[in-house]
Amino acid sequence: MQSEQTSTRTSKRDRDTAQLPQVTPARNPGMALDMNWVRAVQANTSAIERRCATLPGRRSVKKEHQAAWLLKAITMIDLTTLAGDDTPGRVRRLCAKAAHPVRPEIMQALGVDAITTGAVCVYHDMIPTAVETLKHMGVSLPVAAVSTGFPAGLSPYHLRVEEIRESVRAGASEIDIVISRQHVLTGNWQALYDEMRDFREACGDAHVKAILATGELGSLRNVARASLVCMMAGADFIKTSTGKESVNATLPVSLVMIRAIRDYYEATGYQVGYKPAGGISKAKDALTYLALIKEELGDDWLTPELFRFGASSLLGDIERQLEHHVTGHYSATYRHPMG
Amino acid sequence: MTVKEIFETMDYGPAPESAKEALSWIADRDGKFGLYIGGKMTAPGDLFDSKNPATGEVLAQLTQATPDDVDAAVSAARKAQRKWAALSGHERAKYLYALARLVQKHSRLFAVLETLDNGKPIRESRDIDIPLVARHFYYHAGMAQLQDAELPDREALGVCGQIIPWNFPLLMLSWKIAPAIAMGNAVVLKPAEYTSLTALLFAQICEEAGLPKGVVNIVTGDGRVGEAIVTHEEVDKIAFTGSTEVGRVIRRETAGSGKSLTLELGGKSPYIVFDDADLDSAVEGLVDAIWFNQGQVCCAGSRLIVQEGIADRFYAKLRARMDKLRMGDPLDKSIDVGAVVDPVQHKRITELVDAGAGDGELYQAPCPIPTAGCFYPPTLITGLSPASSLMQEEIFGPVLAATTFRTPAEAVEIANNTRYGLAATVWSENVNLTLDIAPKLASGVVWVNGTNMFDAAAGFGGVRESGFGREGGWEGLQAYTKPRGAVKALKPIAAFPAPKEAKVDALDRTAKFYIGGKQARPDGGYSQAVWSKQGDLLGHVGVANRKDIRNAVEAAHTAAGWSKTTGHLRAQILYYIGENLSARSGEFAARIDAMIGGRNGAKEVDAAISRLFTYAAWADKYDGAAKPVPMRGVALAMHEPVGVIGGFCPDEAPLLGLVSMMAPSIAMGNRVVLAASEPFPLAATDFYQVLDTSDVPAGVVNIVTGNHAELAAPLAGHLGVDAVWTQSGADISAIVEGESAGNLKRTWVNNAKARDWFGPAGEGREFLAHATEVKTIWVPYGE
Repeated sequence: MQSEQTSTRTSKRDRDTAQLPQVTPARNPGMALDMNWVRAVQANTSAIERRCATLPGRRSVKKEHQAAWLLKAITMIDLTTLAGDDTPGRVRRLCAKAAHPVRPEIMQALGVDAITTGAVCVYHDMIPTAVETLKHMGVSLPVAAVSTGFPAGLSPYHLRVEEIRESVRAGASEIDIVISRQHVLTGNWQALYDEMRDFREACGDAHVKAILATGELGSLRNVARASLVCMMAGADFIKTSTGKESVNATLPVSLVMIRAIRDYYEATGYQVGYKPAGGISKAKDALTYLALIKEELGDDWLTPELFRFGASSLLGDIERQLEHHVTGHYSATYRHPMG
Repeated sequence: MTVKEIFETMDYGPAPESAKEALSWIADRDGKFGLYIGGKMTAPGDLFDSKNPATGEVLAQLTQATPDDVDAAVSAARKAQRKWAALSGHERAKYLYALARLVQKHSRLFAVLETLDNGKPIRESRDIDIPLVARHFYYHAGMAQLQDAELPDREALGVCGQIIPWNFPLLMLSWKIAPAIAMGNAVVLKPAEYTSLTALLFAQICEEAGLPKGVVNIVTGDGRVGEAIVTHEEVDKIAFTGSTEVGRVIRRETAGSGKSLTLELGGKSPYIVFDDADLDSAVEGLVDAIWFNQGQVCCAGSRLIVQEGIADRFYAKLRARMDKLRMGDPLDKSIDVGAVVDPVQHKRITELVDAGAGDGELYQAPCPIPTAGCFYPPTLITGLSPASSLMQEEIFGPVLAATTFRTPAEAVEIANNTRYGLAATVWSENVNLTLDIAPKLASGVVWVNGTNMFDAAAGFGGVRESGFGREGGWEGLQAYTKPRGAVKALKPIAAFPAPKEAKVDALDRTAKFYIGGKQARPDGGYSQAVWSKQGDLLGHVGVANRKDIRNAVEAAHTAAGWSKTTGHLRAQILYYIGENLSARSGEFAARIDAMIGGRNGAKEVDAAISRLFTYAAWADKYDGAAKPVPMRGVALAMHEPVGVIGGFCPDEAPLLGLVSMMAPSIAMGNRVVLAASEPFPLAATDFYQVLDTSDVPAGVVNIVTGNHAELAAPLAGHLGVDAVWTQSGADISAIVEGESAGNLKRTWVNNAKARDWFGPAGEGREFLAHATEVKTIWVPYGE
């Protein structure tokens, strides 16, 4: 039964555009809500945990390769500040760090041209500051804004939609929305789909990342289903967490979400991005995540267009590892400029 | 490559584990190894090369042990064993604990040496093999500690000869040595000639642990060394893990020798995927099932059986996963598939695939194949049928054969359509379905939604031609202990001869066989008279031949439904047999007295009624167990019937002996074919009338009469019989064990030793253990 469904979902996009070279992945337009597919989704927790537990032992990246991978990880970081005490000064500092994440002499030693992080990620109020700062520095770096009543997503619905529009008007090119967890927990997939559709529509040309708040969804099966519904409704990225839940990004949750992305791609031909957020603070963890993406989704996804880390302290650990690679000596935090 | 280039390609690059320490360990011993006998390494003898299969380079030279060396090792073990067994359990526990700790302390050296020697990826030796080795010694340190309190009625067997394969060299060593020495045995172990190095390193840690000299002896070399151990008169037990072919040879060679034997042999384990499974996880499970250790795993899930509706989608996912597998230098930390152990194996895999792949569609992982060394790519062949050679023959390589099914019943049918029965895997999110399927699979281990899970607490071992005996858990200790106490020789009893002048009752009474719930005449048309001591003609009984055995086994097979009945139902029937026997107790007592002479008949009938009650009691009380394995989940040890059991009843107690063999068997859900007491057969033939009136379904109990020595070969050789027991006065143990090699059925023979059928030795757990298989069902859970 399921195979029939799959065959009806053969990649329309592949047929239409297979002959065209794709520089950046085409945006996911979404599709009609396919409840048969959503209901057929399975996620076996124990097996998923086993895969994640063995992965770090199966893939190891050393020396030059490690340095290159860590640089790549930096280009995928949504350097984030989402605190009640954020000020324009704090945000300007963050932008400066995002534009110059690694000390120039380390970059020279590695023989790599300057890089930036993937984006900066702030609350709505800080968008203009971030946009202007980056513009002033002459760096083209997306500004992402969390939206829709972040982090709980329980403000009046019309205000949530309007918040997106306001943020886009303010210059945000990426919007990180939060879904209504209640729709997942009550199995109201149509409501989740409709909500996501509205959010996507409100984003216009800005890319939309759907934050599932996986730590509040109760089961990996729910995570898988919510991932699928959000993609069907046109999400450009699916993202684990707000960073405010008690459990944020984990490898098992990531595996479930990227397998959903893979299934969606196989069925529709559209590549949806993935963003784990919260709790990823070590360079070694970043390498494991990149290996997970490489193994389960493939090299295509190892680009900031399709993969981001939502992180604030990860960069600092990566900088220290890079200096270690260059000098052969373990580094110290204070040797690297703060954000 | 520069950082800048790698930044674009995002390749893994090399991540080699250093071989330096392991190579210098070998170099420190001049690259030449002797044998470990009586606590000392002998001087190197006749040497052969041990190679690294990933490069073909010679790692070290090992000694081919001579028969004299084996003799010396067995003598050293014999000399050490009594003292070792006399130590308290706690004293032995301390040594096992030290071994566990030492394995952990030298864990990286063991892991690297194993990978160099065997070719398996360092990830596996480091993360799986060596931790399991340590776990096995810890677990059995505990068994030694508890032995005095928990196993007071059992004692060590003596000297154990242990022969292990090359696929998990140190792990198999630990599975063999840990339980053996924990229980007070001494061992002579032969590692496989391809992979002896970690065993020799283990010899070193035995010294570091201060293990008394001679408790562990290690002799290296090829099959000739194994043969010398197997045929050595002073060896009390053989434990073998390896091919079914060699297992069969060992079964024949040890037949009638009185040696205990456990065999852990080949497999062609099914891997069943239902349409409601988490398909991505089931695909990943296959990586652990068939591409783990290059597929050189006896319990590898090598037969993929997928529900038809999802097969194409599943295969597509599987092929995509295969594309990601990395094959190469086993010491590289990012390698999934290493080298197969030897060019001989590589050739065998290639030939089997080349010969059989034409039946289906072949897909091989596109990973580059290293030019040097023995590498075979991960392989999938879809579209096969059960008749394809690749679905039947054990390949012992990274080759997965696939077919489809329509219904759960058909999945079971295909899964069980094999001579083997080691392990099985079932994937479904439906707990009803998985727990329904698991007991129906002919295998010693079932993994639900996972695969290749092992632990010292959980029994491992097979049914059918995958061997017999369990390793791990309490059940594993059966293989290294025996009931305490001395046994006496069994005196043969001849039937009373025909008198010169017969005293004949006018009315002729002819006892027949009891087959399929009906009385049956002997196929051959021969009968023989049964005389009393005084020369009375007590009756005639049929003389069974091989066709009668065939018919009886056939009838037993048709009664397969008995194995699915509840213990409660079987208990009621056993009580009912007891009740009906009691109603005719006078008649049975008189019959026994008439046949044997004397006045013990009434006592024997009472004992038989009591025995029926004993097993009626046990029918619903021989509990399984939930094993505390180190994961979130449960490993259930379920007692299942063996199947069809053939039995040669004791001569001396014509009714009680029959009941003592029948009752535990049928209480546990087996069907039986019993050859009645040869000199005194009429109690058994009278007894079928009791069965007839006791609601025993047709075919559950089948009784024949005749010459045990003549029936031994056809019954023990019957490929549809799952176990044969003999408690016969005829010395047929050698025939039974030898003939059993055909399908490697379980045997339980008396070796011409007596048993007190009236005492505690005549009933209880020992019988129940022989009447059941332990199936370990792993059920990881979590939402």
